Amino acid sequence: MRITQGTFSFLPDLTDEEIEAQIRYALQNGWSISIEYTDDPHPRNSYWEMWNLPLFDLTPDDAHLAMREVAACRERFPDHYIKLIAYDARYGRQTTALSFVVNRPAEEPGFRLERADRHDRAIAYRLHSYATDAPVGQRYQARGAEG
Amino acid sequence: MPTTSGNGARPKKDRWSAGVTPYAEMGYYDADYEPKGSDILAAFRVTPQPGIDPIEAAAAVAGESSTATWTVVWTDRLTDHRHYQAKAYSVDPVPGSEDQYIAKIAYDLDLFEEGSIANMTSSIIGNVFGFKALRALRLEDLRIPPHYVKTFQGPPHGIVMEREYLDKFGRPLLGATVKPKLGLSAKNYGRVVFEALQGGLDFTKDDENINSQPFMRWRDRYLYSMEGVNHASAETGEIKGHYLNVTAATMEEMYERAEFAKELGSVIVMMDLTVGFTAMQSMSRWARRNGVILHLHRAGHSTYTRQKSHGVSFRVLAKWCRLLGVDHVHAGTVVGKLEGDPRNTKGYYDTLRENFIPENPEHGIYFDQEWASMPGVMPVASGGIHAGQMHQLLGYLGEDAVLQFGGGTIGHPMGIGAGATANRVAVEAMIQARNEGKDYFQEGPDILARAAKGCPELNAALEVWKDITFDFESTDTPDFAVTPTVG
Repeated sequence: MRITQGTFSFLPDLTDEEIEAQIRYALQNGWSISIEYTDDPHPRNSYWEMWNLPLFDLTPDDAHLAMREVAACRERFPDHYIKLIAYDARYGRQTTALSFVVNRPAEEPGFRLERADRHDRAIAYRLHSYATDAPVGQRYQARGAEG
Repeated sequence: MPTTSGNGARPKKDRWSAGVTPYAEMGYYDADYEPKGSDILAAFRVTPQPGIDPIEAAAAVAGESSTATWTVVWTDRLTDHRHYQAKAYSVDPVPGSEDQYIAKIAYDLDLFEEGSIANMTSSIIGNVFGFKALRALRLEDLRIPPHYVKTFQGPPHGIVMEREYLDKFGRPLLGATVKPKLGLSAKNYGRVVFEALQGGLDFTKDDENINSQPFMRWRDRYLYSMEGVNHASAETGEIKGHYLNVTAATMEEMYERAEFAKELGSVIVMMDLTVGFTAMQSMSRWARRNGVILHLHRAGHSTYTRQKSHGVSFRVLAKWCRLLGVDHVHAGTVVGKLEGDPRNTKGYYDTLRENFIPENPEHGIYFDQEWASMPGVMPVASGGIHAGQMHQLLGYLGEDAVLQFGGGTIGHPMGIGAGATANRVAVEAMIQARNEGKDYFQEGPDILARAAKGCPELNAALEVWKDITFDFESTDTPDFAVTPTVG
């Protein structure tokens, strides 16, 4: 399966040039850039691991510097989900302005939907991330070992 | 106002002697009045009966929507009556109109109960719209001062919290109303929910009139819809939702349905405008207390919002909805099948989303409106829209909106999931192009055609709906349009 979290998941994977264009747009808006990665893409996993601190002070000409961080994170975690986040700190927003996946594992095992019968035909649903069957650090081994 | 016989001349009577004194002379018109920052201000479009002085007509509106009755009552003198009188402070002819005037009226804050839309509406639109001396009357806009705004709860969550809750940023949200809106059994209904959500939509929706009918009772619909929602979530790894309509005959039943929706884990419920202001405000409290997003379908609003000369403008209704507290409300599409002038619609969307909206006659905004940090409401565009209009939808409505493609999803020739995919690919391609600096509004059709090369679902959608537009003249337009100058 293909996890379709993030803004451009229904398009073909963005090329590095296309990712850089999105970063430039974010920087033109005065947004900061941050990168997060995870091996547990459960939709309620709100806190992916942070790849360093957010990049607050970049100008639109610095888009390549943010790309360098994307590349470094990919190199370290080639089989993780990695997302790029543009954050709008303006009064009234103070939230994520754009977020999209820039790296994903070759094999995405996805989720099992568990159903537990409750009273009067009501069902309790639970989404189980297959990846989390393995301990942290041992998930998505498709492209070789990574610790 | 009663009319006098003969030539209308009447000896001037004392303000307080028994009988009828013109409203303007009783203090309901005061051209020198300077509105206080805490006053509620109203702009009314007044069409007096032939022969009625517009100033007296405006004063009558002020009088009948505040303290006055048709004749002098001595008991006024037991109060500081000037304080409680609404005052018409300006009356201006509408440009290009023979018989219409815009009357601005100031109401002291003391006239209103804190945090009650029912009370505010009973005052301002309670009696006066049936007044015989007026041929027609329309409430165009209200300025709600921060003093009063702060007495309302406002949206249970608001745009920022909703996006964080759903983990969806940087693009309009996508939805679809299940069709046919009436007649499906619960199991068939849930199939539409599942297909549309797994195909790429964020939300599906009950229609306004799907409540609990013989062909499908509410509880069965909830169970099968939530099966569809959860299954789609597992197949996509995304948060998905179905607006479960909790509209019912009594508040007790609405609470019962909402509680069950919450118990099943639904992220969102909906209600119809027809339940009334008090019921909506009660549901808003419930939604805040229980962490469930609250969607409002504006069922019935066109009976009073559409005609330009009589009724209540939707921009006023939008303000009431933000105050009483909903997270979503339908606010027009511009390009779809339902009424919506682009400039007025921009005014509605700004009113729902922004923290400060400056007076702007071109968008039908009569007063500055300050929301004092009350969270914004997500406007919903629904009714006759399809993927081929994505550039226009994004251009007119912006990013913080829910685009609802009912027929435009379920009517797709390759199936419901394909219809959903077409819409999702179209919106993502358009956002990508916009962010890359392309003139997406002009180049929209090319952008969609390029995206469709890699997406047969979008290609089919563009083909089947390519000539579908709803190009009718709006009945409700701003008075002050920018006329392009020829240079």
